[in-house]
Amino acid sequence: MSQPKVTVQNVSHRFGSATSGLLVLDDVSLTLADNEFVSIVGTSGCGKSTLLNIIAGLIEPQAGDILVDGKSIDGPGRDRGVVFQTYTLFPWLTVRKNVDFALRKSKLPKSERQALVEHYMGTVGLKGFEDSYPNQLSGGMRQRVALARALVYSPKVLLMDEPFGALDAQTRGMMQELLLRVWEEHRITVLFITHDVDEAIFMSDRVVVMTARPGTIKREVRVTLPHPRTYEVMTTTEFIDIKHTIIEAIREETLKSMAVGMG
Amino acid sequence: MNSQSVSETTALPVVPPPRKRRVRLFALREDIPRPVYIFAGIGFIALVLIAWSIATYGGYISDLFLPTPGAVINEGIEQYRDGILVGDAKVSIYRIVVGWGIATLFAVPIGLLMGNFKFIEGLLEPFIDIVRYMPVVALVPLTILWAGIGDQQKFVILFIGTFFQEVLLIMDNVKTVPQDLIRVGYTLGMSRLEILRGIILPAALPGIWDTFRITLGWTWTYLVVAELVAARNGLGRRIMEAQRYLATEQIIFGILFIGLLGIVTDYFFKITGAYLFKWTKER
Repeated sequence: MSQPKVTVQNVSHRFGSATSGLLVLDDVSLTLADNEFVSIVGTSGCGKSTLLNIIAGLIEPQAGDILVDGKSIDGPGRDRGVVFQTYTLFPWLTVRKNVDFALRKSKLPKSERQALVEHYMGTVGLKGFEDSYPNQLSGGMRQRVALARALVYSPKVLLMDEPFGALDAQTRGMMQELLLRVWEEHRITVLFITHDVDEAIFMSDRVVVMTARPGTIKREVRVTLPHPRTYEVMTTTEFIDIKHTIIEAIREETLKSMAVGMG
Repeated sequence: MNSQSVSETTALPVVPPPRKRRVRLFALREDIPRPVYIFAGIGFIALVLIAWSIATYGGYISDLFLPTPGAVINEGIEQYRDGILVGDAKVSIYRIVVGWGIATLFAVPIGLLMGNFKFIEGLLEPFIDIVRYMPVVALVPLTILWAGIGDQQKFVILFIGTFFQEVLLIMDNVKTVPQDLIRVGYTLGMSRLEILRGIILPAALPGIWDTFRITLGWTWTYLVVAELVAARNGLGRRIMEAQRYLATEQIIFGILFIGLLGIVTDYFFKITGAYLFKWTKER
């Protein structure tokens, strides 16, 4: 097997004090293969978002290392694109300028830069909204812009922290299909955080279940459903079997966390 | 009974009249029709003017305490003809622009730094809080000692009165910028300075603009304070002079005129803000 795209190496992290603070991640190790789509699911408070922030370089772990292409990271960087759960568009910029903002630091010639922006706005279905301001857009449209902005500078890894968590069920379904299509077309390594098990299985090559706090990796489930996938896959027996395994694992953890009064 | 009900059912279907939508003026947080909103504001001012007219023209209050609206308007016309009004206004506006301008020139960068760097907030806030609670009026004698009674002394008073409030408001404006916007900047590989200029400043600007509007109102107050105590000219000085001669209509006109200038600057910032920051509007 070739070198993994992302390696999480024995990462531990406490909130607050490094010795007595609340332990959120306890010796987590994980690898993402090139172009692999991996989802992390777990009970709330299991540290999955913290793990994503650590991989993004926004939080420095108290122990352990993150490697991208075998090289240890030093803070955030353009090799990793991030889509957050909250709406993080720049409200003073139009859709087009929001996407273009990510290319500010690139040295591409202007025409190429414009072409890239147009291409990715098209990819995520923003035609006709290029000159709208974020406040004029629905939640789903805003997350499309955020996705285009994270893709336009071609990061090696896309990190997504419950990006559809704030959307209604219908919009969420549409966005899942959209993201899956984009991934099938562009092939990029994705780490996707969610608490929605259907969402995780539907899109992933592999689903990682985390334990309740302190977060460790409880179980990894490979999803071998063929691509291209459509929502119909969600009613196949294979899908339901995987879902059963994962829900069982999460349930165990939820019960555990409730027993110690954290749930 | 029976025949009646039959005739009812066979009759042409009656289209129910459209339900009248009642306009409730006192529904919590609900919008009311725009004309009602505007009319209420104008109406209230008219009411005050009518009460004033009745009290003065009706002879219920002596001219010495409260002159008639007509006398006040005449006073204004006279001052304008003599060129006093424009002269006073020029002097006062000049002081406002310079005094507030200097305060703002310092408040914006320092407020930005305080809002972004905890160290600078910790360094300056206790000091600013102390100065902020010192009564500006009580500082007037000291400023005269330091800067005479010319324009410089006015600038000092306006600066002290404005800066220490404005800088804290701007710090708060900066702090309202969501942390996640800053994080996006980091993930795009931007440096802290680039994030400060490219994300935090534009995101905080509508709030800062509103701070400008509010602080300029305070600067007007301090200007009048400064001019009342010691000045050779200006709108505040004119009011002070009028007191000496018990020229009440001159006092009232001066106060109203300053109020008018205040509302003009207020609307200037409101209108330019609405134009500059169209993007803050929801669809």
